[in-house]
Amino acid sequence: MIQTEHLTKHYGTLTAVEDVSFQVGPGEVLGFLGPNGAGKTTTMRMLAGFVTPTSGRASICGHDVETDPLRAKASLGYLPEGAPSYGEMSVRRFLAFIADLRGLEGARRAARLRHVIDHLQLEGVLEQSIQTLSKGFRRRVGLAQAIMHDPPVLVLDEPTDGLDPNQKHEVRTLINDMARDKIIVISTHILEEVDAVCTRAIIISQGRIVADDTPAGLAARSRYHNAVSMQLEQAAQLPQARAAVEALPAVAQVEVSERDARLTALPRAGTPILPAVSELAARTGLKLKELHLESGRLDEVFRTITS
Amino acid sequence: MRNVGIIMRRELASYFATPLAYVFIVIFLLLANWFTFYLGAFYERGQADLDSFFAFLPWLYLFLIPALSMKLWAEERNSGSIELLMTQPVTLPEAVLGKFLAAWIFTGFALVLTFPLWLTVNYLGRPDNGAILAAYLGSLMLGGGFLAIGSCMSALTRSQVIAFILGVFACLILLLAGFPGVLDVFRGWAPQSIVDAIASLSFLAHFDSIRKGVIDVRDLLYFAMLIGLFLLATAIALDLRKAD
Repeated sequence: MIQTEHLTKHYGTLTAVEDVSFQVGPGEVLGFLGPNGAGKTTTMRMLAGFVTPTSGRASICGHDVETDPLRAKASLGYLPEGAPSYGEMSVRRFLAFIADLRGLEGARRAARLRHVIDHLQLEGVLEQSIQTLSKGFRRRVGLAQAIMHDPPVLVLDEPTDGLDPNQKHEVRTLINDMARDKIIVISTHILEEVDAVCTRAIIISQGRIVADDTPAGLAARSRYHNAVSMQLEQAAQLPQARAAVEALPAVAQVEVSERDARLTALPRAGTPILPAVSELAARTGLKLKELHLESGRLDEVFRTITS
Repeated sequence: MRNVGIIMRRELASYFATPLAYVFIVIFLLLANWFTFYLGAFYERGQADLDSFFAFLPWLYLFLIPALSMKLWAEERNSGSIELLMTQPVTLPEAVLGKFLAAWIFTGFALVLTFPLWLTVNYLGRPDNGAILAAYLGSLMLGGGFLAIGSCMSALTRSQVIAFILGVFACLILLLAGFPGVLDVFRGWAPQSIVDAIASLSFLAHFDSIRKGVIDVRDLLYFAMLIGLFLLATAIALDLRKAD
């Protein structure tokens, strides 16, 4: 369990994080979203015990990060932003160093080292120095150190930042694999990540929590929630289609994109309009390439809330 | 204390994983020998002792030790690895002590490598080996004092160059504290007790007696307290500024 109460951090007159309170329980994967500079990293650092809060408190598995830091840190696996490590060390030596600091010994030490090396596919680069590794491998080494002691809580600051799509997919698979029996908090500004791995999302802006919801709940806040989008075969039919769709009583607004002959109908106050629109298309003989129901656009919600 | 050992071993290994250790040792030995034989007139003095080596050692340390200590914390902060280290279950004092001990042991190792000088002087004459051993011990304490100051300066900044310059400056002040040129500045107006206090802070005053083979507990205590004080300052500086 992660618990924060009125967590606040000021740097001089600058407020980095203001009155942030939340709880995360087992089985939850919490996505911590926000624009750059919103206070994501500062919050993560306070959870990890690296930054001391100006006021408020945070605890990991019941251990206060300030009054009982060693127990809190022992319950936590933490990937700092950018996955820093000791560049001149080989991967093998680095992981052994972390295993020692984590107090692992004997058979368990060997088993955990084996496990993280296998799990993150580091076998091929064990003797390479970390500074010669690609960004993707460096991130994996960072993740390996975070899960070394099999902690009940994981806090990962931008685990997929700067990775290519394949590497992102790998990291997300890894997070999903671990999600069943751990509490995971990841920070990101990549919204697709929320759909891919999170069961819950907190959006933070200028240091404050502005939304705390499930990904589906957030998407439902979008104007595009339950909107119907269709692509016509001929762009020439757009004006005619637009007029017809706009005439429907349940449609609030119609957006048209000439570039791909696409028309999007936004519903009035969340009323379902798919049956009406598809019936209309059939009745008026519009030639459709494609027609689908939108669940809502996270990026639009994100922009609305944070700007 | 387990963690101190783990951090110390990692740090020591990192010296030897880069050219740092080898460059430091080679330059240290070259300069030490040059000072001893050329500036120190080892042969011309015609005395079977290592005074010409130990007399110049503080000046050699003045530049070489801050070069070693500048990376202790500035590098950790600049690369961000300090965040990794301090979010492991280790305490700040353990980390400060572990890294300091690694640098100190390394300095001691470089000092031990000057043993050919000792062999030479034993071949040429019959020196007082007890006094030489005492002088080596004093040198080690002096190196520790310089390192503790350098560690503190390194904790103040994320730039290694600034850490180096601050380190040299702070060490220079403590080296020169006992010199007439410095004391004269105070002698004109300050009471004698203050002048004495400043003089007693001097590295050289405490090093000189040990160097001549006189081990006074007060001199050892001076270095031990100096090391403790600056390591404490290192921990405080890090605690205040580690995330900046």
